[in-house]
Order: sequence, then structure tokens, then C-alpha cells
Amino acid sequence: MTGDPGPTRAAATGPGAATGPGAGTGPGAGTGPAAPPPPGRWSARFLQHLWSANAVTVTVLAIALALLVGAVLIVVSDAEVRASYGYLFARPGDALSASWERVSDAYATLFRGAIVDPAAVSRAVQGDGTWAAVFRPISETLTSAAPLVFTGLAFALAFRGGLFNIGVQGQAILGAVGAGLAGFLLPLPVVLHLVVALLGGALAGAAWGFVPGYLKARTGAHEVITTIMLNSVAAIFIGWVLLQSWAEDPDRQDPISRAAEESARLPRVLGWLESGLRVHLGILLAVAAVAGVAWLLNRSTLGFELRAVGLNPDAARAAGMSVTGTYVLVMVIAGGLAGLGGATIVLGTAYALTSLVVGSVGFDGILVGLLGRAKPWGVLAAALLFGALQAGGRAMQTGSGISLELVQVIQALIVIFVAAPAVVKATFRLREVRTGGLSGVAARGW
Amino acid sequence: MTSAVTAPAAVVEPVRFWSRERKVGLGLMVAGGLAAAGFGALAGDRPASFTLAESTSGAAVSIDGPLGAVLFGLLGALAGGLLWAPGGRRWFGWLLAAGIVTIVISFLCWQLSDANSNVMPLGQVAQGSMRFALPLIFGGLAGVLGERSGVINIAIEGQFITGAFAAAMVATLLASVWAGIVAAAVGGLVIAALLAVLAIRYLVDQIVVGVVLIVFALGLTGFLFEQLMRSEPSLYNQPDRVPTWDIPGLADLPLLGPVLFRTNVFVYLALAMVVAVHFGLFHTRWGLRTRSVGEHPTAADTVGVRVLGLRYRNVLVGGLLAGIGGATFTLEATTNFGKGMTAGLGFIALAAMIFGRWSPIGVLLAALFFGFARALAFFLGTIGSPIPSQFLNMLPYLATIAAVAGLVGRSRAPAADGKPYIKG
Repeated sequence: MTGDPGPTRAAATGPGAATGPGAGTGPGAGTGPAAPPPPGRWSARFLQHLWSANAVTVTVLAIALALLVGAVLIVVSDAEVRASYGYLFARPGDALSASWERVSDAYATLFRGAIVDPAAVSRAVQGDGTWAAVFRPISETLTSAAPLVFTGLAFALAFRGGLFNIGVQGQAILGAVGAGLAGFLLPLPVVLHLVVALLGGALAGAAWGFVPGYLKARTGAHEVITTIMLNSVAAIFIGWVLLQSWAEDPDRQDPISRAAEESARLPRVLGWLESGLRVHLGILLAVAAVAGVAWLLNRSTLGFELRAVGLNPDAARAAGMSVTGTYVLVMVIAGGLAGLGGATIVLGTAYALTSLVVGSVGFDGILVGLLGRAKPWGVLAAALLFGALQAGGRAMQTGSGISLELVQVIQALIVIFVAAPAVVKATFRLREVRTGGLSGVAARGW
Repeated sequence: MTSAVTAPAAVVEPVRFWSRERKVGLGLMVAGGLAAAGFGALAGDRPASFTLAESTSGAAVSIDGPLGAVLFGLLGALAGGLLWAPGGRRWFGWLLAAGIVTIVISFLCWQLSDANSNVMPLGQVAQGSMRFALPLIFGGLAGVLGERSGVINIAIEGQFITGAFAAAMVATLLASVWAGIVAAAVGGLVIAALLAVLAIRYLVDQIVVGVVLIVFALGLTGFLFEQLMRSEPSLYNQPDRVPTWDIPGLADLPLLGPVLFRTNVFVYLALAMVVAVHFGLFHTRWGLRTRSVGEHPTAADTVGVRVLGLRYRNVLVGGLLAGIGGATFTLEATTNFGKGMTAGLGFIALAAMIFGRWSPIGVLLAALFFGFARALAFFLGTIGSPIPSQFLNMLPYLATIAAVAGLVGRSRAPAADGKPYIKG
């Protein structure tokens, strides 16, 4: 047991570094510069660019493929539609029209619940309805996206530093606990209370992130295993907190804590329009966090060291950087971000702690970080997409009777297709994969 | 692959005073001393009794609570002290095990003498340990098969949940648990096939694929559960339990009989697979090739081993095993499927593999350790332990962190684990 995991780390990454570019971006990446576009009209060049697998094209096609698979699932799981396939060969029109109706209805509901409902707009224009109804879908989307931005950043930042932070979930749970406890235990004035509660969430998450970072730096314990274990510990821990007399809600039988004080809650941004619009200050904080992480990664000394360590720890060490110190610092910051994600849920929408208060925001954050290609603004875009899918999924669940898990499947499929651009490329016969999957960190072992 | 493989540097351990043995020995002495003092002081005045049977009646071994706590705590400290003795490092594993076991007994003396019931039926706890360990054995073996050949299978959780779902559904539809087990194996195989294709063919980072596949499998089974099973459980979600088979003669042994020889097909299969994988890995041509592909695929390729084919095969066989492990959730532990019912045990199986140092026997022992920790937490909950059950439930996870962070020493993954192989 050496104090410094250097030699083993060096041996482990040596061969991997050699395969780096190929491993990270798939086959196509090493084939030299792309052929220059042939001269021609700009529209032809634009089309060619569109059809040569750049990041945006691959992502859009990945979403389309995922929705297609989701449509198959909707058809397969619906008893009536399935029945119409029983006489497919007698009357194929029935089966196809039933499938089309079911799927188009579901996805139309998803769109109306996530972006905008045209009917509500026309009603508002004619004066029959309220503008609040027009903004409700967007409000729901932004509400769901806010914590995902934080957890996505928590994953992405660690990923750029060469660490695979699966512990986002546990860090978010701790953040929720920290923010919740500060929210209902401390008697503080209005603005200060919110700041303290957010800080409490960030600190609790940072502490939970410090442990795997420290263990990685000190003993070389692989962060994947330690963070997974800490996720489970966090899930048990919140269950314990909910049963304590200083936390539980005395009026309720089920395990739920008291609600955070009004003074600690994140104010609703569109509350002046209608109180039902849930979007809160958290989404603005999230955008600020994205800008902050983008600055940190791309403009600061720490960010430079972080990326250097992530790309090649040996070279970073040779250049005089402290690899172990960077690991600890990265995990602390990532944990703090994830903690803020949990805090925005508790202070923004849930108010009281329950055992499942953060849901799967940590694991979704991993997907968001991957889909955003571990870049801060990419994370924001991915979080907005996932927020829209989740808001639309909730509408789909109530409106079309299709359970929310479908959204989870679609999210996972999108990330699979984006992570393996060669699959998308082969499916749509794109020219070549220029920007690809998850460059930046080569495949690594334990 | 441009062969820039650094020669494995000859690891020369510098002779240092704080060797691993001495650190662990000091840790055991401190822990044993604390146990003797703390548990001895806390222990009630009733004796702590242990019966071999599954009930609290029958012949029992009893020891006075405070005396037992102090005595076994000191024994743990003694084991730690022996690690400092000359020659202690040769007995490292045994002394470490002895130290941990005696400290656990010291802890139990306190708990039993201070609880509502002061009798601990060892047979019941042993059965519980095996029941909790069962899926971990299958999952850990799946991990061993993949990682020994260089593919990280973090998606064991996804294979579990898919297997559990497929087992419940098919066993109900066809009214046959055997069909359910086959379906579970196929379900695990599907997830493993996705993993293999994405990781081996498309060279996606294996940890990324694994995590995403877990989300995919949890979502898919949860979706189908909501759409199909919830409304019509009798049609889709009421499998039978697998039957219990006695092995004549051996089934009546005390303690071990009910655990190992009067049990269900899963336990027999799990133990058989541990033996089979161990024999296969270390005594057959397949095993030698698997290990070489996991350590140095270029060299294996040079002598004519089909690296990618072997990796595909091993990951797929691992998927079959993990799927069967998933079937234990719905055909043995319970008789219905629930959303997310595997509750992270796939990750524990992964930890069991690392804890067991990538060897089948190690997986078995680690799985039994985790099973024992859970069974003990469950038992202490039933007798009204003063410790909140949540903290007892944390124990396996904390033990894993401690183990990964150094207690098991230099456990080393196969050198090419997690690295895609590009021929050429």
C-alpha cells in the first residue's frame, strides 16, 4: 500500500493512452483531415455539412432513433393495439392506423406538455384563456431542467478531470438533506436563510464528494466503486434522518420531514403571472453555474490543470502539477454542484424531505453530462432537453396513460446513440464521424 | 495499436517500517481494545447465547455478556499483535480473518446481552446470509468472466433487473419456473449483448455503456411493469417459487445442512458455477486464453487467440449468469416483480468481485460476507438492537469502501481491463 498511486496508474494508462484517439472517438477519427468541400452553391455545402456527422446532426438523429424505439414500446405495450396486430394480415390498415394513432397521440401530448400547447395559445390570443396556461409547459420544463443542470455539471466536471463520478446521486441526496435541514431548523431572515440553505446543500454535497476524491488520491481506491457505495449509504442515511424527532413532520404518519420555511424557498420567477407556474430561481442559478464552470474549465489555472490531469495524469505530474490534489479538489467542487442540484429540488419544488425526494436526478445527471459531451454549455442544452422530456413525460402519463419510465428509456437510448456515433452513422449512412462520442477521456480500466 | 506498452516495472517493495501487516495489525489492536472496553462496558448482565438451529430453542452455547465482549475483543487485539510478531506476515490472511471474527463476536455479545432476546439462532442467520448472497454470487461471477477477459461489466444491475422481470413474466405466462429461469438467462444475455457490441465493436467507454445500460434496463422493465403487470398481475406477475430439494443424508447436518443441502436449485447452481468457473479459469485452455486476453491482448493475438471472439463469448456467458441471478429475486426471494427491486445489489455484486480479487472463490467468500452483514443487520433489527438498523445496513457498503481503499492490499485488476482492443 503505497501513499502514491503513481506507478500503478502509470502502468494502467500507458497502453490506453496509445489507443486514445481511436478509443475515444471511434474509427473514423484517425483517418486524417476531412476532404475539402467541393465548390458549389452554399445550399449544397450546407446540406453536405448537415449530412456529415457533426455533433448536432448525430444528436438530432439519436433523438429521432430513440423516439422511434419508444414508439415501438408504446405499440407493444398497448393491449388494444396489440390485439389489432392479431389480424394484421387480414386487415393491415387497422393495425397500422391504431399504432399511428396511439403513438402520435402520445408524442403530441409529450410536446404539448413540454414546449407549448397550440390550443392554449389560440385561446389566450382570443381572450378565452390565460397566458399562464401558455407558459405552463415551458415552466415545467425549466423546473425539471434546473437540478439536472447542476448534477450534469457535477458529472461533467469530474469527467473532464479524468474521474468517473457515479456518486452524483449520493451527493445530491446529501445536498437535499443539508438544504432541507437548514431550511426548517434555522430561524433566519428572508434572503440570508435562502443563501445559508443553498450553502448547506453545497457543503453537504462537497463533503460527500471529498471522500472518494481523498480516497482516490491517498490510496488509489477507484472512484467508481467508492462513489457507488456512497450512493447507497446516502440513500440509507436520508431514511434515517426522516425518522428523527428533530426532522420528522409531527402531523404525518409516513416518513416525511417538516417543510422548509418560506424564507428559505427559492422564489418563483413567474409567480407574478400565476402562482401555479412552478419555475423558480433555480434555473437562473443553474445558468450562472454553467457560466462559472465554463470559466473554471476554460479560463482558469485550475481548469487547465484539471483538463491536463484528465487527459494524461502522467504528463500532468511530469509538468509539476499535483495530480492527487486536483483529484480531491475536483471531487469537492463536483460534489458541491451535485449538492446544489439536490438543494434546488428541496428549496424549489419539494420543500419537505422524503426518502425519494431527489428521484433519480443523480443518474439522470450522468446521462446529461454524457449527452452534453462533458462541456458546460452542452450540459445546459442536454439538461433542457431532458427537462422537456420529463415535463412532457408527466403530461403523457396523465394524458395518454403511458408511464413515465418511457422517458427514462428514451433518455438512455439517446445517450447510447450519442456515445456510439458509429451506430447512428451506420443507420443513416452519414459520411464520417468528425466530432464524435465522448472525446477527452480515453477508455480506462479500474 | 502502436505498441507502446511499457514493460511492467519490477515492483521492488522498499522495506519500510509501516508495512501493510503492521498497519493492519495496529488497526486490529486498536479496534480490539476499543471493542473490549466499549462493548464490555455497554453489555448488559444477561448471557449471550448462540444456538445452531434455526429457532431460539435447543442446545445453546452461552457466555456471560460483559465477559464475552471483553474476552473476544482482547482476542481480536491479540490477532493484531501477532501480525507484528516475526513471521506474522505469512499468516496475514488468517490473522486478519481471526481478528475480524473475534471483534464481531465481541460486538454480538454486547448486542445480545442488551436486547429483547438474548439468543442468536446461527442456523437462521446462516440461511439468511446464503439467501442474500445468492444473487451476488451469480453477479460477481458474471463480472469475473467479463473482466478477466478485459471487459468491465458494470451493467450487472441491469442484467439483474432484466432477468428478474423476464423470470416473473415468463414463469407466470407459461406457468413454469424452469421456463422463467431460461427467460431470465436470455434477458441477462440481451443486456450483455448490447454491452458487448457497444464496448467491443463500437469501442464506447465500458463504464459509460454500463451505466447507461443500467438506466435503460431499469426504465424498460419499469415501463413494461406499469403498462402490463400492474393492471393484470395474475396474468403476468404471479410466478411460483422454485421448489426445495433435499440431498438425502447431508440435509440433516446441523447448521450447514439447511443452508447447503436442503435448498433450492439456485443455490446448487451457484455453488456449481463457482467451482466450474474456478476450474475453467485456472485449469483449462479457455481459462488460460481468457486470462491472457485480459492481461495482454496483443500478446494473445500474436499467438493466435481470437481476442474479440473470446471477449464476446465471456461477456455473453456472464450475461446468462447475471440473468439467472436476477431470477432469484422473483422466483426465490419473492414471487413477484417490483420496479427497481434489485435495489443496487448489482453494484454490490461488482464490489464483491473486486473484494474477491477477480477470482471465483473470492467472489463466493465476498458474497457470503455481504450476505452475512445483511442477515446480521436484519436479525439485530428483529431483536430490538439499540443501534438504528440504518447504520447496520450501511455496514456492507462501508466495509467495501474500506476494503477497496486498502485492507485487501494490492488487489489488482487484469491489466487490459476496460481497454478496447483494436487489432493491427
